[in-house]
Amino acid sequence: MKLISTTAMALALLTSAAYADGHAACAAGKTLTDGTLTIATGNPAYYPWVMNDAPESGEGFEAAVAYAIADKMGFDADSVTWVRTSFDEAIQPGAKNFDFNMQQYSITPEREEMVDFSLPYYTSAMAVLTTQGVVDAGATATLDSLKGLKWGAVATTTGLPMLTNVIQPDSDPLLYNDNADVNAAIMAGQIDAALYDLPTALYLSAVIVENGALLGQFPAELSETPDQFGLLMEEGSALKECVDAAITALTDSGALAAIEAQWLAEATGVPVVQ
Amino acid sequence: MSTQDRPAASPAAGPTRREVYEAGVRRRANRIALASTIAVVLALVILIPLAPGWEDVKRAFFNGRVFAATFPGLVEAFVLNVMIFAWSAPLIALTGLGIALCRDTRSPALFPLRLFGVAYTDIFRGLPVVLVIYIIGFGVPGLGLPRPWNSPYIWGTLALVLVYSAYVAEVLRSGIDSIHQSQRAAAASLGLSERDTMRYVVLPQAIRNVVPANMNLFIALQKDVALLSFIGPVEIFRQAGVYKSLYANFTPYVGAALIFLALTIPATRYADYLMNKQNRERS
Repeated sequence: MKLISTTAMALALLTSAAYADGHAACAAGKTLTDGTLTIATGNPAYYPWVMNDAPESGEGFEAAVAYAIADKMGFDADSVTWVRTSFDEAIQPGAKNFDFNMQQYSITPEREEMVDFSLPYYTSAMAVLTTQGVVDAGATATLDSLKGLKWGAVATTTGLPMLTNVIQPDSDPLLYNDNADVNAAIMAGQIDAALYDLPTALYLSAVIVENGALLGQFPAELSETPDQFGLLMEEGSALKECVDAAITALTDSGALAAIEAQWLAEATGVPVVQ
Repeated sequence: MSTQDRPAASPAAGPTRREVYEAGVRRRANRIALASTIAVVLALVILIPLAPGWEDVKRAFFNGRVFAATFPGLVEAFVLNVMIFAWSAPLIALTGLGIALCRDTRSPALFPLRLFGVAYTDIFRGLPVVLVIYIIGFGVPGLGLPRPWNSPYIWGTLALVLVYSAYVAEVLRSGIDSIHQSQRAAAASLGLSERDTMRYVVLPQAIRNVVPANMNLFIALQKDVALLSFIGPVEIFRQAGVYKSLYANFTPYVGAALIFLALTIPATRYADYLMNKQNRERS
């Protein structure tokens, strides 16, 4: 009996000592390759989440957050490798080629049945991207006005239920494979407006879409089910608790908010949809 | 094959030794076929679930909960596929016939028409359907057409018609070529004009000859209608993709596949039936 309690105490001491080392011990042996953290992003990875499609630079919101999380888990920048996956590759059954996958994946209970998500690292407002022509034609940031527009969206977005349940447009929305196709449809005049997360919408309206305009936003804090981005991991991933601990530490220390302030544009100028 | 053909064996004498032997061979063949089918099915049913990742695959592709939640929505979206198919198919048949006739013109003055026919089939059979749908579906409306003339339904349909009519035209042309020159000569000797010869002598036989081949094309069209989803319409394939994204699960695609099969299998069976019937008539 005495032997057991001594062993238990020794073990407890050991664990706390390891914990004091930082989280390095937490992730040890749990990654794909020992000593390396493999992070997946999109192909291509979009601004402002990753700048210039080069996550290795650590520039862009998600790239910066990824390196901050890696640092908290005890991996220096050189021990981080990047791979690219589509959404389908991220959710396919079988062995994954990443430790965690980071490309604005919204956490939903339905998805959580199939894969694991970390704690959220960003809570996004949804925004209405349109063109100056539509605004000039009298569209305003009210639900009544939005109902009458012809809507489009990326088919893989979790904003879709919001579009059909909250805005309830008069005609069925058209859906597309990716941002580029939605923009093509806006420019061809086939749709009036598209629903995006706010940072993406800000970028598209300013840079990509000709005469782009942001009609309004649905702030996350007003939404019943806010769009929260989490890191996607294999179901039952051993790494989840280490990642969650790192994100909690970053949130508590204010580091996450600082990264957000650095990379994600100020959104206060966008009117709120009534 | 009836017994009357063999007066030596009266009906009262029962089957001949030859017939008994052949029946035995048939029974043995049936037994072997049955046994080997059962063996293969058993091997699949037993071996696949033994794979280490089977539980994961089952959860991701054959998930009953997700299937039940998404199947009604998929059936609803499939109505759009059927509609697009229904208005595309006649347009494709007519355009295909027109192009085939262009290629078959014989007068030297109509050489430009023949050239057009050749260029048309070469270009549209050589391009991937998706590319044509993108170029026409986004490109033409991008020229600044007002609504509703920039609708993806109009231009997507045009893209399908362009590509598929090129295939149909080639099939029809092979049918026209299969009608022997002597038939045209005979028609000419009866005093039929070239136009009437085509209308009343060549085409009726040519089209009948290529019905089975065209059935195959229309089955392929039924599946390629799904490609219109690239430019916006939410048909069954897109709806399945939306569900896949919401549930992080591939089961909706399996549901969509089942719905497709429910339509294409009877259609292929029918095409086979037509083809067999034609072969029997010819032999």
